[in-house]
Amino acid sequence: MRSRFAAVTSRLMDDHENIAVVLADISISHFAAAARRHPHRVVNVGIREQAMIGAAAGMALAGLRPIAHTYTPFLIERPFEQVKLDLGHQELGAILVSVGASYDETGYGYTHHAPGDVALLDTLPGWTVHIPGHPDEVESFLRIAALNNNRVYIRLSAHTNDKPHARPDGQFTLLRSGSGATVVAVGPMLERVLAATADLDVTVLYAPTVRPFDAATLRYVLAEPAVVLVEPYLRGTSASKVSEALSDLPHRLLALGTPEHTARLYGSPSDHDIEYGLDVAGLRARISSFAARSDAPSAVR
Amino acid sequence: MTATTTTRYTYADLPALMARMTGDEKHQPSATSTLDVLWTLYSRVLHVDPRNPEDPARDRFLLSKGHGPMAYYAVLAAHGFFPADWLDTFTGYGSKLGLHPDRALIPGVEISSGSLGHGLPMAVGLAMGLRTRRNPARTVVMTGDAEFDEGSNHEALVIAGAHELDLLTAVVIDNQSSTHGWPGGIARRFSVEGWATETVDGRDHDEIARALTGDHPQRPLAVVAVIEPKG
Repeated sequence: MRSRFAAVTSRLMDDHENIAVVLADISISHFAAAARRHPHRVVNVGIREQAMIGAAAGMALAGLRPIAHTYTPFLIERPFEQVKLDLGHQELGAILVSVGASYDETGYGYTHHAPGDVALLDTLPGWTVHIPGHPDEVESFLRIAALNNNRVYIRLSAHTNDKPHARPDGQFTLLRSGSGATVVAVGPMLERVLAATADLDVTVLYAPTVRPFDAATLRYVLAEPAVVLVEPYLRGTSASKVSEALSDLPHRLLALGTPEHTARLYGSPSDHDIEYGLDVAGLRARISSFAARSDAPSAVR
Repeated sequence: MTATTTTRYTYADLPALMARMTGDEKHQPSATSTLDVLWTLYSRVLHVDPRNPEDPARDRFLLSKGHGPMAYYAVLAAHGFFPADWLDTFTGYGSKLGLHPDRALIPGVEISSGSLGHGLPMAVGLAMGLRTRRNPARTVVMTGDAEFDEGSNHEALVIAGAHELDLLTAVVIDNQSSTHGWPGGIARRFSVEGWATETVDGRDHDEIARALTGDHPQRPLAVVAVIEPKG
């Protein structure tokens, strides 16, 4: 996803004179050619993440469409007040693109993990949040965001699904219909969810855009008022969105995702997936148990 | 440079304008510390037009030191960015004038400030952006010496020097209020990063104007305006 992000962004810079990239010493080599072509629009501020967001905001004040990029914790958590004030409070647009997801870099430990990034952004108004599950989706989201003036967060991951399924309008994609619970698989969780639910009578929705949250599609496909959220970041981040969508219905909700503090393990991302029950076996055990407790006899459409 | 603003108010009217916000009480040091630099900027330096505050060619002034904005509001009102009647509503419910300026509410205000250490990084990006767009407008940001306790400023001033942002000016109101001070003076912090620097009497309008309009090719400019120490 990172390579596609850099390639597409570089092409967008060729085509649109208002697009600028602000880096903080991460992914520099990916943008070397673009920097030669556009030396004033590819800016590496060094390891200065507060200034990276502040400078991106200043560029937006000048009428540019800035794209700021670094690892997730240094893009969202470290300069969070800059994200809140320099972009949000100033009512300025920008595109923030992270790499590393929640724990792609398991060897680095918790300092480089960011399971709470989307939950943090949820405290701020007006953000569109994309969690692409495939490089093609990264390209699609970037191209749309480049032509707008809103605040967009695109969270890249080393995990990818086999195929792209995102809709350009940001609505969830219906991939499987069943008569039981509805499983909402966010971004790169999709392949594991499909494998884990292969022989379960459940509906599977794919959600690569989570803000705004497509409550209408969730509501439309719901066979029984039971929802499983499978998010690649802090578990329950979208729970309030599901509750809002079903506020007039008694409903059950199972929220799966990462813990607040990732384990003091190194190893591989797959090791962490197993630890948090986010591997296929872990997902199957929890989803099947939840789905088997159906107590809603009637459809809610 | 000449400013494009016109005013029916003079510098002598500013205390009365500020009193419309604060009554007869003694003005806070944070408000009066900026008064002379602000007046000089708007009356003699900045190319801004209150009749067209969104003019793309305008100079940009960013008040990073958003505390005690009464002097800022008085100067903006004096130059016609908004009616002086607004001053009477200061901090009231529904007023456009709060204890920190808000760009969404006040014509001519470029950034919403209050939390310290945000203006200079934004000014760096703004100066870069204007240069990219081949816009020769100046970017001027005002901070305080204590505001430089915030590390984000030090991130930004390095970037500005490295990128030779010669249309960027930082004005530091120095009332010696930084908790641990700046050994050798705050100007030194800028000069080691490649900025041109001037240290002036922050109450002397001619000296302030001279420093703000001098040549400093391929270097950003820092003007340290020294005033009486904060009591």
